[in-house]
Amino acid sequence: MSNDVAIVGIGIHPFGRTEGVSGRAQGAFAARQALADAGIEWSDIQFAYGGSHSAGDADSLVSDLGLTGAPFINVHNGCGTGGSALISARSALMSGQYDVGMVVGFDKHPRGAFNTDPASLGIGDWYGETGMMVTTQFFAQKIVRYMAEHGIGQETLAAVAEKSFALGALNPNAWRRKPLSVQEILDAPMVNHPLTQYMFCSPGEGGIALVLARAEVAHRYNSTPVYLRAAEFRSRRFGSFEVFSPWTTPETLSGPTADAAAAAFESAGIGPEDIDVAQIQDTESGAEVMHMAETGLCAHGEQEKLILEGQTRPDGRLPINTDGGVIANGEPIGATGLRQVYETVLQLRGDAGERQVPGDPRTGFTHVYGAPGISACTVLAR
Amino acid sequence: MPDMTAEPTADSIGRRWVDDALFVDPTETSSPVLAGARCPRCATTTFPHQGGCPRCGGAEMERIALPTTGTLWSFTVQYFQPKTPFRSFEPFEPYGVGYVDLGDVCVEARLTVNDPDALALGMPMELVGLPVFADGDVRVDTFAFTPREVSA
Repeated sequence: MSNDVAIVGIGIHPFGRTEGVSGRAQGAFAARQALADAGIEWSDIQFAYGGSHSAGDADSLVSDLGLTGAPFINVHNGCGTGGSALISARSALMSGQYDVGMVVGFDKHPRGAFNTDPASLGIGDWYGETGMMVTTQFFAQKIVRYMAEHGIGQETLAAVAEKSFALGALNPNAWRRKPLSVQEILDAPMVNHPLTQYMFCSPGEGGIALVLARAEVAHRYNSTPVYLRAAEFRSRRFGSFEVFSPWTTPETLSGPTADAAAAAFESAGIGPEDIDVAQIQDTESGAEVMHMAETGLCAHGEQEKLILEGQTRPDGRLPINTDGGVIANGEPIGATGLRQVYETVLQLRGDAGERQVPGDPRTGFTHVYGAPGISACTVLAR
Repeated sequence: MPDMTAEPTADSIGRRWVDDALFVDPTETSSPVLAGARCPRCATTTFPHQGGCPRCGGAEMERIALPTTGTLWSFTVQYFQPKTPFRSFEPFEPYGVGYVDLGDVCVEARLTVNDPDALALGMPMELVGLPVFADGDVRVDTFAFTPREVSA
C-alpha cells in the first residue's frame, strides 16, 4: 500500500439554497472546514484540483484562502467534475510529486430543471426546440424499460424517495429535511411518467472539500485516515443508452456505470459484496434502483425486494445513500461526487450521527453518473 | 436558410420542417421519411445523419432512408414546460416522447399520444408529421410517431 492515498480532512458547506452566499464562497467555506479537520493551514497545501459547473473558476478561491503560489488546476467536466478532480489529485500524490493536496467542488444553480444547449453536445437545435433536450425524459424512459424487464413497480420508486427524505431529515447538512410518506410521493405532480416531483432531485447549491495525503504521511494529519483504494472514470462505449441521445441501439450494452464500477473494484482488489456502505447516483429514484445493479452491488431484478424490506437503509444489509443522496441534498453538479466521498468518510469514521451505519463499517463505494454518458466510482476503506 | 414561405397551404399559412436535414426529401410534407446514416464498414445506423461512425470510427457514412414503421422501445410523457430553446403552441400541453425501434436503430421522437395508459412497449408505430410551434406566421412541423392501426 506504499502508494495509497488517504483522505485526512473533510469539509462541507450545507447543501440547499443559501441566499446571498455565492457558490465560490461555499467552496471556500468547505475548504476551511477541511483544513481545520486535517489540522493544517492553506499554506501547507501543495496543490489543488477543483471545479464548479456554473459558479465560477475554482482556482479563484486562492484570493480568499491565501495567495501561496501553489498550483490550482480547474476541472470542468460536468457531473464528473468532482470525480475528475479526485482522480487527478490521487494521481498527483501517487506519482510521489506531492505529499498533501486538496480537491474542492462547489456549485450554485438557478431554480428549475437543468438546461443544456444542444450545440454544446453536437446536437441540432431541432432537438431542443421540439422538447427532447430534457434530462428527466432520459431517466424516465430508461426506468420505463427497466421496470418492464425486471417487474419493478412504481411503489418501489416511491420507497426509494421515502428513504431519501427520511435520511435527509437526519442529516443537518441536507436540503430536504422533512420526511415524506410513500403515498405523498406517489400523489405528487407527475414530472415525467412514471416519475413524480418528489422522486427527482433538484438543482441546488453546496460545497465540499477534501484534504488528501500520501498514505505514508497520513498519520501527521488525522488519527483516522480513510484510504482511497480506487478512483476510476469512464465515458460511454458504443451501445450504451445515454442521456441526450437522438438515437440509440436496439440492444443496450454495458454502460459507463458498469464499466467504471468494475474497474474500481478490480483496482481496489475487493468486490461489491465486500462493501459496507454505498453512495450511488440517484438523480431520480429509478436511477438509484438501476445503479444498484449496474454497479454490481446487487443483481438486476433483486432491487425491489431489497428496497421494500428496508435493506438499503443504514441498518440494512446494503446501506445506500445514507445522507439522503441527491434527492435530499439537491444537485450542485461540481460538489455531488465529492459529497458522496464526504459522507462515506463520515460513515467509516463512525461520525455519521443518527444515520450512522451500525457494525463499524470498514469499506465504502461511491458512484456518479451524468451527461453525456460518464461515470466516476471510488472505493474507500479504513 | 430554408425558404419559410415556399409552400403555403390551402389556407395560405406557410409551414416548414423544424430542420430540413432530418428528412430524405424535405419537400415531401405528407409522408415524411427520415434520413439516417449507415456505415458501409460495420453497418451501424445513426439518426440524424452524421459524418463518422461511432462504432468503428469509419469516416464514410452513407445517407439512407430509415423505415417509417417500427415498435415502441420506451416512452415517457413530458408534463412540465421545458426551458428555451423549447418552443410550443400556447398554452403548453404535455406531450409524449419515445424511442421507436426501426430495426437497425432506435429513433427518439415526439409521440402524438400524451396518455401513458394509451402507450405500451412493443406497440406498432408509424412516422407522421406533427405541428409543434409557430414561427411568426409559419407553422413548424417535426417528425413524430403515432400508434399504428394493425389489421388482424
